[in-house]
Amino acid sequence: MKVIVPVKRVIDFNVKVRVKTDGSGVDLANVKMSMNPFDEIAVEEAIRLREKGKTTEIIAVSIGPQQASETIRTALAMGADRGILVRVEGEVEPLAVAKILKAVCDAEQPGLVILGKQAIDDDSNQTGQMLAALLGWPQATFAHKLEMGDGKADVEREIDGGLQTLEVKLPAIVTTDLRLNEPRYASLPNIMKAKKKPIDEKSPADYGVDIVPRLKVLKVTEPPKRVAGVKVKTAAELVDKLKEIGAI
Amino acid sequence: MASLVIAEHDNKSLKDATAKTITAAAQVSAPVHVLVAGSDCGAVAEAAAKLSGVEKVLVADAPLYAKMVAEPMEALILSLVPAYDAILAPATTNGKNFLPRVAAKLDVPQVSEILKVLSAETFERPIYAGNAIATVQAPAGKKVITVRTTAFKAAETSGSAAVEKVSAAPDPSVSKFVGEELSKSERPELTSAKIIISGGRGMQSGENFHLLEKIADKLHAAVGASRAAVDAGFVPNDYQVGQTGKVVAPELYIAVGISGAIQHLAGMKDSRVIAAINKDEEAPIFQIADYGLVADLFKAIPEMDAELTKLGY
Repeated sequence: MKVIVPVKRVIDFNVKVRVKTDGSGVDLANVKMSMNPFDEIAVEEAIRLREKGKTTEIIAVSIGPQQASETIRTALAMGADRGILVRVEGEVEPLAVAKILKAVCDAEQPGLVILGKQAIDDDSNQTGQMLAALLGWPQATFAHKLEMGDGKADVEREIDGGLQTLEVKLPAIVTTDLRLNEPRYASLPNIMKAKKKPIDEKSPADYGVDIVPRLKVLKVTEPPKRVAGVKVKTAAELVDKLKEIGAI
Repeated sequence: MASLVIAEHDNKSLKDATAKTITAAAQVSAPVHVLVAGSDCGAVAEAAAKLSGVEKVLVADAPLYAKMVAEPMEALILSLVPAYDAILAPATTNGKNFLPRVAAKLDVPQVSEILKVLSAETFERPIYAGNAIATVQAPAGKKVITVRTTAFKAAETSGSAAVEKVSAAPDPSVSKFVGEELSKSERPELTSAKIIISGGRGMQSGENFHLLEKIADKLHAAVGASRAAVDAGFVPNDYQVGQTGKVVAPELYIAVGISGAIQHLAGMKDSRVIAAINKDEEAPIFQIADYGLVADLFKAIPEMDAELTKLGY
């Protein structure tokens, strides 16, 4: 069984995001970029499935600019077998990403697609669910634990207030939450090996997908700024102040 | 036309998130209809009918919908969609789970976690964990929207809408609910708590979180943690507030022994009031705190506890 893991190149989660003064977006120039943290968890989970003999091949797919091949290389260094880079410039919406991924799935016939639950740039939390709908496959989002069975998977999911277990028929879509696993660091020999692993380059046109954004971003602004308030001297004073303003 | 709000509930009670989503829906397209999909959920439908601004409550009462599993929910919502020009759900784990499937099937983009409705097609939504706000315009056609409920006031309970049964859609039979394990804590959930008290690396150990729990119990607060405290193994990951954890916006957020890394601030800076206790005067958390106390938390927290007791909490 093949596993497909889509990976997105995003601003590193430790970087402080700066909004451009002209309101056109976020400043990406000379900013450290990394693999979306939830996608790293997805790659790790796929590798663990292979270590348990549950999958034969892991394909990392990225939809993005030429530099997204670095993100694919990271996945290959972690242990994915080959990559597919779908070259696009600019923003691609979750729906268009899902359409491209559907076409990749139609061609590759995976038994499982593991995606990050959301990308930490646009925070949409849509792609996995949309892909599942387009393919007509079941989904188990926000996965906390994944157990592969015969023609099915049991997935423990993080829901508001606790955990829920779903059984989904394969092929299926799984999206990762934080507690699913802790991704490994790639070792130096594996980073070297990853350089020799193949990456196929494609374009959205190869899959017949129109990627023109439908949602128009009119502007991007900074959120209202908070200003430092007052310092209190004792814990008792803090409690009194909070009571005074009705916060407790 | 009208908008359809998918109710958040547990088959017994209607969640506050629904009343907030109705407020957003009324601004997008009135009148508002509410879909209650569940099993033995009559009481929920009655509660939804009382919310102001609701014209009609549709009830799909079948075992199939007991846990709002995504695939049957998609089929049910799609069966009702032709009558509406906007479909909204709160951005709970349920809404986030099934609604993008509906958008994909309608071939429209979903607008996730809106904070504000500027017009019937223009919305504000957070990106980069709320470090930037995007104003987006949805194309003509049906709108599919999830709502960040902390950003909207709850609809009042002075309505009396009609309740109408709708039939279940065919079961896609591709997934099955196996079980659930809901946290038994008496404390509220992080994402819906009015008050949150969170600990950071400064707590030094998991045992020390009991200090915060004592305060939490007095204030009916939830207990959270920074990523540093989670990474140090003090508390499980579901405590984590931050960019890669839970994004919260309570009435009061008390940060204890938390320095205020960007990744943490991203998850809590929309709280109405922020109080911070940290022994490091230079800690970045003080730059956004309304009330700052520079003190050793192991001295300050027991003092806070004593003061709360004195005040009758």
